[in-house]
Amino acid sequence: MGRMTFVARRLVMLVPVAIGVTIVVFFLIHLIPGDPARTILGVHATPQRIALLHKQWGLNRPLVSQYWLFMDRLAHGNLGQSLFYGTPARPLILGRLPPTLWLIVYAAVLAIAISVPLATIAATRKDAVRDHLVRVVPLLGLGMPPFWVGILLIDALAIHVRAFPVSGYGNGFFGHLHAMFLPALTVAIALAPVVIRALRASMLNVLGAEYITTARSKGVPARRLFLRHVLRNAVIPAVTVLGINIGFLIGGTVIIENIFAVPGIGQLMINSIFRRDFPVVQGVTLVFGVLVVLVNLLADLSYAALDPRVRFDR
Amino acid sequence: MSAISFPEPAVAVEVSEHAQPRPRRWYRQPSLASGAILLAIIVFAAVAAPLLTPYNPIKQNLSGNASLLGPSAHHLLGTDQLGRDTFTRLLYGLRMDLRIAFIAVLAPFCIGVVLGSIAGYFGGWVDSVLMRLVDIVVAFPFYVLIIALVFVLGPGQRSIYIAITLVGWVSYARIIRGEVLVAKRQEYVLAARSAGLSAVRIMARHLLPNVITQAIIYAMSDIVQDILAIVALGYFGLGVQPPTADLGSMINDGQNFLTTHWQLTTFPGLAVVVVGLSLSLIGDGLADLIRPGQS
Repeated sequence: MGRMTFVARRLVMLVPVAIGVTIVVFFLIHLIPGDPARTILGVHATPQRIALLHKQWGLNRPLVSQYWLFMDRLAHGNLGQSLFYGTPARPLILGRLPPTLWLIVYAAVLAIAISVPLATIAATRKDAVRDHLVRVVPLLGLGMPPFWVGILLIDALAIHVRAFPVSGYGNGFFGHLHAMFLPALTVAIALAPVVIRALRASMLNVLGAEYITTARSKGVPARRLFLRHVLRNAVIPAVTVLGINIGFLIGGTVIIENIFAVPGIGQLMINSIFRRDFPVVQGVTLVFGVLVVLVNLLADLSYAALDPRVRFDR
Repeated sequence: MSAISFPEPAVAVEVSEHAQPRPRRWYRQPSLASGAILLAIIVFAAVAAPLLTPYNPIKQNLSGNASLLGPSAHHLLGTDQLGRDTFTRLLYGLRMDLRIAFIAVLAPFCIGVVLGSIAGYFGGWVDSVLMRLVDIVVAFPFYVLIIALVFVLGPGQRSIYIAITLVGWVSYARIIRGEVLVAKRQEYVLAARSAGLSAVRIMARHLLPNVITQAIIYAMSDIVQDILAIVALGYFGLGVQPPTADLGSMINDGQNFLTTHWQLTTFPGLAVVVVGLSLSLIGDGLADLIRPGQS
């Protein structure tokens, strides 16, 4: 199968998932116990407001027709009205997207920057003391609540050392780089254990391969051997692991943005929950779902680009 | 059933004995043993909380200078802003969060194992539909979907159980499906099939014992993930409701006194880390037991 066919097939496979994502987001409203409009507007809502919301969301129509209405609006880029601001939800959400994207990319870069050296230290001396030390990292790291790590980092590096701001997004590229370091580091610390594990395992695999023995016996210098032969081949499975955990990475930003007051969609989501601003919560959930689907697609395509052996007939 | 039916246990036992070397005793596996001991200590501390501490976890003591005390012989970790003993709340919080996490993992485990077996064994359109369903749930970030579900269902334990069940089953389904896909081509399954055993019987009696270990290993890290979610929900006030002790809300309360009373925030988090460590050790140990040499 050719490369273009692979891309086309991958895009076609997206369709059922994308439709499913919209159905899940649509159904969120029907999970609300009792009358959704009454629950969301609270006990003091006037009957007129409740009736208006019923009409807006088409709650008195049959389910299929409600979904159709929802999809029709979605197709026109309409994510509903924010109940709190009284403005359309879409610009509200899209305006908050850049800090979240920044955080995701920054965290992924830091996670790799932490994982590659540690995994290398471990894999190059299997079962030595340093290998055991590195292997303890995931064991401890997997159970660390990300927001707790964030709070401790704020205490240590922002309050005591004053090296980084306690919160915020910063101005300009370097401002973002500085202000977002702690939040990105927090997400990276949550992600690193999984990547370190995968990378160490795949490096050990590669180190045992025959082509490494061949390269060694040819007298390839250790440094070159490592960079060109080991790392390059070991990174591919690690990228896959990173791709699989992209949902976790993106989900972690929801929590971390709130700890560090990063004005992204994660903070918007939690704030909207406290304001009982259902349309915005719904919209953010949808955007998160779309984001993961797109990033997974990107990961798949780059995986194919990274590894020439990938045959496009999965 | 016809006369050629095999005595099934014999078939299964024989194959498994040939397929694997004699399993090591579980207590000879260092990570499994240390993880199990650690978890036993934690569970004991959580269950025996009323015996280990004389204080009440929710009764406030606002008299005089009982609030925000530093660590002392009377209050190992000091007291919080409402004069409650932090160590007591830590034990009770652990008790609450562990209980929710261990119960919450049961339903997704069972649902995932059953659906995964069906998808893997029958294949075809059943498999396609179930796996698309998995793809859809996986499309949402774990925390986002859990938080959104708990929000719409209303804060509290019941919502946590429902949310974790709706989101959690997919991983088990994926794992079991993959295992069944491989296992169903093995000879013992072909033998059972040619003996005319029903699909349900083959899945339950022959396939399940051989594939379930992977799901159990995953369950260990899944419990850790669930505890993290429960604690995060508690932190945002969406989980266990006050005044009931919960590690997440403890971290949130302590955050306001971070610079002066760091122990209020640090120890509830550390408790979660230790629980995570014990379960990860058990998971690693189990994986090592069934696949020796691969770590």
